[in-house]
Amino acid sequence: MQIFHHFGTYILFMSRMISRPEKFNMYWERIMLEMKNIGVGSLGIVAIIAIFQGAVTTLQIAYQLISPLVANPVIGSIVSDSSMLELAPTITCLVLAGKVGSHIASEIGTMKVSEQIDALEIMGINAPAFVALPKIIAGVVMVPCLVIISIFLSNIGGIIAGAASGVLTPDEFIQGARESFLPFNLAFSLIKAFVYAYIITSVSSFHGYITEGGALEVGSSSTKAVVYSAVLILFSDYLLTQLLL
Amino acid sequence: MIELIDVHKSFGDVDVLKGISTSFLPGKTNLIIGASGGGKSVLMKCMVGLLTPTSGQINYDGRNFHELDPKSIREVRREIGMLFQGNALFDSYTVEQNIEFPLRMFTDMTPAERLDRVNFCLEQVHLEGVNSKYPAEISGGMKKRVGIARAIALDIKYLFCDEPNSGLDPVTSRVIDELLQEITTDFNITTVINTHDMKTVFDIGDQILFIYEGNKWWEGKKEDVRHFDNPELKAFINASYFQ
Repeated sequence: MQIFHHFGTYILFMSRMISRPEKFNMYWERIMLEMKNIGVGSLGIVAIIAIFQGAVTTLQIAYQLISPLVANPVIGSIVSDSSMLELAPTITCLVLAGKVGSHIASEIGTMKVSEQIDALEIMGINAPAFVALPKIIAGVVMVPCLVIISIFLSNIGGIIAGAASGVLTPDEFIQGARESFLPFNLAFSLIKAFVYAYIITSVSSFHGYITEGGALEVGSSSTKAVVYSAVLILFSDYLLTQLLL
Repeated sequence: MIELIDVHKSFGDVDVLKGISTSFLPGKTNLIIGASGGGKSVLMKCMVGLLTPTSGQINYDGRNFHELDPKSIREVRREIGMLFQGNALFDSYTVEQNIEFPLRMFTDMTPAERLDRVNFCLEQVHLEGVNSKYPAEISGGMKKRVGIARAIALDIKYLFCDEPNSGLDPVTSRVIDELLQEITTDFNITTVINTHDMKTVFDIGDQILFIYEGNKWWEGKKEDVRHFDNPELKAFINASYFQ
């Protein structure tokens, strides 16, 4: 029954955000700030993960497929497709659930336990909308951008690893990637990124907002935000793949 | 004026407030005193709308707060300022940005007008020249004063203070008390203060409300508080360092 209670509270929390902003430019400023924090702030970790993910995938595919009967560009096409369909959106978002999700939950949780949320409410400001909505909007805009960058860098990682190990040349990799490219795969990847971004930002904001107590509870909310986001990402990954592919 | 009529608040089976009726007058410092767990904070949270009373009325100049539509509630809330026990300043904003926040949110003032108002509020709390400091860079007493400055940034009618002296040394505590009294009379605000500090009661209290186990146990002027023959009130006063 606890799960229904939490789900109901989450729906109420989300519904409280649907209101006219008190001052649009204050919200706009916060959205820009959050876009910088979530997007630019996560660029480094996303880039590192994407490059190594592409490199390792290339080497593993080569290890499994290298044969006189399989043309080298096939490796490029598999790495490129798997990056686009699964690895870039899912792995990137699981990492972002840890980095961005814990940050959001602890920031809002600290605001809650230090009465800053109460101060907003007493001023007549819609606190859930003011603290969480800019993060959700920034997330659904910036995470798909990060995923596109991740797809690109995965392929770069694959090209570098292929060339460095002598398994396939950059031209062969690019030939394979171009031959297998389907615009729908990119759209599918972006749909996933959009859904995952919403899950990460809304679930983490919710866990931050319902924090009661002190420092220990803020830590606990942060952990819960990451765990719930990761589980929901994996669940929706399966659901979206089943529905859209 | 804030008028409370038979305010009850229960959490499950536990009755925390058992029918509080009183009124808080403008231009007066109205103090709510009582032991921890007696219901003072719950009463204040009900008054500012962070909790909804189980029954009863809280009227702000005749407007029944908990029966207003959301738009009217927001309008009343813009007439309310609150000083929190833990200050509740926004950590990521400077002192200036903290005080400016309600002005940016609810007025169409130009940046220059806002800066003038911020400096005026800082002057009122005798805290000039700290505009660019962050809350983490100033002392506890200064944070309280910034909290007061933020609370009065808009033209408020009602000021609520939850334990304004907690964690402060006696000198700073006195400064805060005097500030609250000054602001109350200068701006003709209805000020309601939750406190344990009997020194505050005798220094600035105009009207005292003693709450005991969720009931209004005693109400009156500070001059009468020591002469009232009630064991609970006497015990509360005598337990204080100020006898």
